[in-house]
Amino acid sequence: MTTNYITDRHGIRRYMVTIEVNGIEYTRVIKANVLLVNFLRDELDLTGTKKGCELGDCGSCTVLLNDRPVNSCLILAIECDGMKVTSIEGLAETESLDIIQQKFVEFGAVQCGYCTAGMIMSAKALLMKNPKPTEGEVRAGISGNLCRCTGYINIIKAIMAASGQEAAI
Amino acid sequence: MYLPDFDYYAPESVSEALDLLTEHKENAKVICGGTDLLPKMKHELLAPKVLISIKKLPNIKKIEYVKGKGISIGAAATHNEIVFSEVVNSKYPSICNAAAQMAANQVRHVGTIGGNIVSAVPSADLPPILIALGATAKIAGPGKERVIPLEDVFTGPQQNCLEANELLTEIFIPDGDMTCSTYHKFALRRAGALAVVGVAVALQTKGCADGACSIEDARIVYGAVAPTPMRGVKAEAVVKGKMATDDVFEEAGKVAYSECKPISDFRASEEYRRNLVGVYTKRCLKRAIENGHK
Ligand SMILES: Cc1cc2nc3c(=O)[nH]c(=O)nc-3n(C[C@H](O)[C@H](O)[C@H](O)COP(=O)(O)OP(=O)(O)OC[C@H]3O[C@@H](n4cnc5c(N)ncnc54)[C@H](O)[C@@H]3O)c2cc1C
Ligand code: FES
Ligand code: FES
Repeated sequence: MTTNYITDRHGIRRYMVTIEVNGIEYTRVIKANVLLVNFLRDELDLTGTKKGCELGDCGSCTVLLNDRPVNSCLILAIECDGMKVTSIEGLAETESLDIIQQKFVEFGAVQCGYCTAGMIMSAKALLMKNPKPTEGEVRAGISGNLCRCTGYINIIKAIMAASGQEAAI
Repeated sequence: MYLPDFDYYAPESVSEALDLLTEHKENAKVICGGTDLLPKMKHELLAPKVLISIKKLPNIKKIEYVKGKGISIGAAATHNEIVFSEVVNSKYPSICNAAAQMAANQVRHVGTIGGNIVSAVPSADLPPILIALGATAKIAGPGKERVIPLEDVFTGPQQNCLEANELLTEIFIPDGDMTCSTYHKFALRRAGALAVVGVAVALQTKGCADGACSIEDARIVYGAVAPTPMRGVKAEAVVKGKMATDDVFEEAGKVAYSECKPISDFRASEEYRRNLVGVYTKRCLKRAIENGHK
């Protein structure tokens, strides 16, 4: 059994986990009920990942878990022990933005910005698997991410542009 | 939204998992992908003191073809693992299509076939096509294991036949005589929406290549229109032994309209659901015959 824990004075178990986040291994002692999104935001101060619905519907909390997009509001951090997480903070290399981030800025794909981190992580997951997606594949790739502002068109254009293509819309 | 406190176990053998379930009884819940369980815990509908993850059990994610027998899918295989499985795609792409119609990518990477079945939500997308293809469920309990027809797992809305100390370990789709199958879902959006109605059809046909297409055997299953996934026995009787003609499909649709048992809720009224079941049954029959298992 993986369970490596101590029991605190309130009788609550705290488990040791090691999670690689954006290339850095973090070891923390956490309660089993800590969600991945709160692990990132509260334990590691990585607040780029946003919480919207917290029920798996909106995608604003999307991060990559072992390179696959997941809703971090529906994942227990303890279940990420030994895994690799990439959040929005892990995309840009120091000063230079990721190409997807650049194109989001260029195409006005950001309005209030609340959905943006999740949207970009879904786009990243898509382009990692499929570097030249069709417009339909882009739409499917971000279908788990809701945006209340942009109407999606500029987001789709930005993702197409990040893949070196022009959207026909 | 935060979760209440609980202890967490990730047993590495089925017997260890069953021991934990037996020890903690109604205080314990199995967690697989958690996409059904965690929202319920956030809404305070459930507050288990112990969560037992089954993701570390041996072979629990395995998808394989057992030669001459059929396809075995481990209970913890995720929807996307099924969507992209060569084994499943090569035999029953209709199952992959049903999995691909669920939720969105983020949930499909995490949610599992086992969770989709055990949660027993009437609108669940995998049970109808699996039942249509004659799937069975393997259930492990203390000192015993049983294999039952998948449709017998469901006993009511969010109710199943598993004892508190039992686990669903495997879904098996036997090689059968069905020559074509399909699942069609109607939902209010193309992604991230539960089925208002889902219809699955599996047929054994003869002579379709020669233009004299007859239906030898049929299994029709309706989803989201009864407390459990529902066999369309009367519609099946309409098509069995008949030539595959538009008139026969039309008649099956009419029977489907009257035999399903939908309710009205915020997604759709009873009458609207009945109409959809009629139309989707007709369409599924036609499309299955045109497209095989695609
Ligand atoms: C945003 C969103 C969209 C969704 N869209 C769809 C959709 O379009 N179609 C659809 O059908 N569903 C949908 N769902 C529901 C859910 O994602 C699926 O039913 C999923 O397959 C559940 O699997 P899981 O592994 O996450 O289950 P879990 O949450 O881990 O488990 C569900 C229940 O089953 C029990 N359980 C799980 N596995 C076993 C086992 N092997 N043995 C015994 N008990 C077990 C658990 O104790 C729990 O009570 C959606 C959910 C969300 C959050
Ligand atoms: S906050 Fe996670 S999906 Fe909405
Ligand atoms: S930019 Fe405001 S929600 Fe997408």
